[in-house]
Amino acid sequence: MLAYIIRRVAQSALVLLVVGLVAFAMFRFVGDPIENMLGQERTVEDIERLRENLGLDQPFVVQYYKFLENAVQGNFGLSYRQGRPVADILLERLPATLELAFVSGLLALLGGIALGIFTAIRKRGVSANIIMTASLIGVSLPTFLIGILLIYVFSVELGWLPSFGRGQTVQIGGWSTGFLTQSGLQALVLPAITLGLYQMTLIMRLVRTEMLEVLRMDYIRFARARGIKDRAINFRHALKNTLVPVITITGLQLGSIIAFAIITETVFQWPGVGLLFINAVQFVDIPVMAAYLMMISVMFVGINLIVDMLYFAIDPRLRVDRTTGGH
Amino acid sequence: MKTKTILAALLLSTVAAGASAETLRWARAGDSLTLDPHAQNEGPTHTLAHQIYEPLIIRDHSGAFQAALATDWAPKEGDPNVWVFNLRQGVTYHDGSDFTAEDVVFSINRAQSENSAMKELLTSITEVRAVDDHTVEFVTNGPNPILPANLTNLFMMDKTWTEANNATAVQDIAGGETTFASTNTNGTGPFQVVSREPDVKTVLSANESYWGKDEFQLDVTEIVYTPIQNAATRVAALLSGEVDFIQDVPVQDLGRVADTAGLVVKTAPQNRVIFFGMNMGDEDIRNDNVEGKNPLADARVRKAMSMAINRDAIKKVVMREQSQPAGMIAPPFVNGWDADMDASSTTDVEGAKALMADAGYGDGFSIQLDCPNDRYVNDEGICQAAVGMLAQIGVTVNLNAQPKAQHFPLIQNDETDFYMLGWGVPTYDSEYIFNFLVHTRGEERGSWNGTGYSNPDLDAKIVSLASETDLEARNATINDIWTVVQEETLYIPIHHQVLNWGMTEKVGTEVSPEDDPKFKFFKMN
Repeated sequence: MLAYIIRRVAQSALVLLVVGLVAFAMFRFVGDPIENMLGQERTVEDIERLRENLGLDQPFVVQYYKFLENAVQGNFGLSYRQGRPVADILLERLPATLELAFVSGLLALLGGIALGIFTAIRKRGVSANIIMTASLIGVSLPTFLIGILLIYVFSVELGWLPSFGRGQTVQIGGWSTGFLTQSGLQALVLPAITLGLYQMTLIMRLVRTEMLEVLRMDYIRFARARGIKDRAINFRHALKNTLVPVITITGLQLGSIIAFAIITETVFQWPGVGLLFINAVQFVDIPVMAAYLMMISVMFVGINLIVDMLYFAIDPRLRVDRTTGGH
Repeated sequence: MKTKTILAALLLSTVAAGASAETLRWARAGDSLTLDPHAQNEGPTHTLAHQIYEPLIIRDHSGAFQAALATDWAPKEGDPNVWVFNLRQGVTYHDGSDFTAEDVVFSINRAQSENSAMKELLTSITEVRAVDDHTVEFVTNGPNPILPANLTNLFMMDKTWTEANNATAVQDIAGGETTFASTNTNGTGPFQVVSREPDVKTVLSANESYWGKDEFQLDVTEIVYTPIQNAATRVAALLSGEVDFIQDVPVQDLGRVADTAGLVVKTAPQNRVIFFGMNMGDEDIRNDNVEGKNPLADARVRKAMSMAINRDAIKKVVMREQSQPAGMIAPPFVNGWDADMDASSTTDVEGAKALMADAGYGDGFSIQLDCPNDRYVNDEGICQAAVGMLAQIGVTVNLNAQPKAQHFPLIQNDETDFYMLGWGVPTYDSEYIFNFLVHTRGEERGSWNGTGYSNPDLDAKIVSLASETDLEARNATINDIWTVVQEETLYIPIHHQVLNWGMTEKVGTEVSPEDDPKFKFFKMN
């Protein structure tokens, strides 16, 4: 067991190293930070001085090594743009993204399951067909367009909801939350729908397929034959068996919600890490880009590691394989 | 149904309650980079600083000088190397301390230090001395007739406050440090910072003890500044009434904003010319199909290329009338601008073809055009239009459009043969253009001259401008230099960019050519 965990952790560390290397190599093509940092009145001398100060004149390998050395100590350097520690900036921005991801995840899960069940039970109904067709549109429209459409309808035409920003936030410890104010909650609605729509349709289609599958099973037929009510069959017997794969998928999707938030955050000027990343790309703020990428990959690698370990704990066959393999 | 109505009413009421006559909600594409007034030399950064700090002199909406912390200024009688500034009395900083000559000496010295981004504007100053509490003398190395023009974005800090908070050294952006002055402010300006979250929201409130209380409009008592990067969202925020005033209105949305009841779009020529540069200095250029020589080295080819560009068509089709065709690379309000020169670039495809044939390129040649796609208004569209126009005279252009972060290093590192650039002139004097774009590239001058053009005679004339006090002679030299630049077709001017500000009817202001609203002038209806 221990050997397996150690091996998996080592693999994860290797993945992170490779991601870091690729990211760092890529950033060399993103552009030159010097350009943005010095205004139009710079001299050739300034450029050379700045390049030296930033260590950009060093060979690539040296730059990468320094980055790793600092990153291991939790130090991601200083943002070129804001001149503050990247770790501080990320921590400041993270609550916004996490709250948005949480709400849209919840929305996707609840909405997806409810609609999925509905369309499975009423598979030939008119409304179910309409929902299925609408979901196709939801999947194929780009996030950007959905966001702009929502802003147009609910902010510009109806004037009900704000078109940008996070509203009023309340500071609790180091966490800034928008959950406790009215404007904060209002500001959450449109971005959460925009971000969650794709996941919602995904979950809905998954639930529907699984549910239809389960409803064809023999035990459901026997249950029907025994005269058990439809409601009980659908919700007590079928739904329970449908939800297992749904929950697994949803867990894995949480990571992608956070990563996908970039577009939504840009459209709604949502002050989270995604917007930070986009700003960093435009400004060629390499320390911020590197730290964001590392953060996202740590998150994905972490989720995968936990899932693997859970499987290991749940599935006895894995354990047997490992022990016999050791001899 | 009932709850829905209640909810809608609630939402509406909050929107209404948020609007008050004195609060100005302002949005633009980008945020200020730092609060340290000497650490960056960049538009949005200066614009925010102008509300909080003040220079000795400012420019009003027409671009003319206006007294700020100095009441008057003139060269010293009998010594052309010295400028004397008389300072305003009774000015206090936000923390209550007095503004004196010592602060000016301190601020200029600070802005001349190595980390400062403002030091290039102050190179001619050798010494700043306080004569008494309200008189300051600037000593320059040789007479500098346009010194005041370099001080309009140079903000005055309180010596005591800055020293007490260990912020004497300018924030080292490159070293990535944060100083007290980069997150806190103590200015003399009409507004002071209430709260600031970089890239999210900055709130300013009126400075109750501002010296100009009776002199300026000062209708705005609170400013809520939110950068909104996405152009569509920015316009939506104005349309929905969530903000009162936006900069950077995208050209495709101008009509939409102007047609909305209660909203106004105001337009003015910006202090920025868009043009193409050509590498004429190299023996042979990389991305062309001519072996062994450089077609751009021939002035006839450059002239022909300029003649092939139809600036009116670009204005009409690409810019939706939001530009002013240019014949020289100086905006109209800059000293040295000439109406005839600015009107000189006209389209003549047949004449251009003849010139090409004359130069031995009757069959044309191919070349790569490097173009930014996120820096100027419709920059990529302009380049695309130019590709088609140049094709008419046989110049096959391969367009390479990319973000500014990749585009500008090409110019900086001499890696482009044909490129787009836009140039603003903060000093309102041609010398600034010559120093950066015409002088041979060297350590101090010519840092943006990517053409490889080098003319020692012209260089000497450019250098002489800095210390020529006889303004008539100076203007004559400026005209001489422009004549050469025009004859050589050093650059292909395209147009003067036009600025658009969108606002609700209650906001009263004119557009300033520097794109820097100064809210103390704003009238609120």
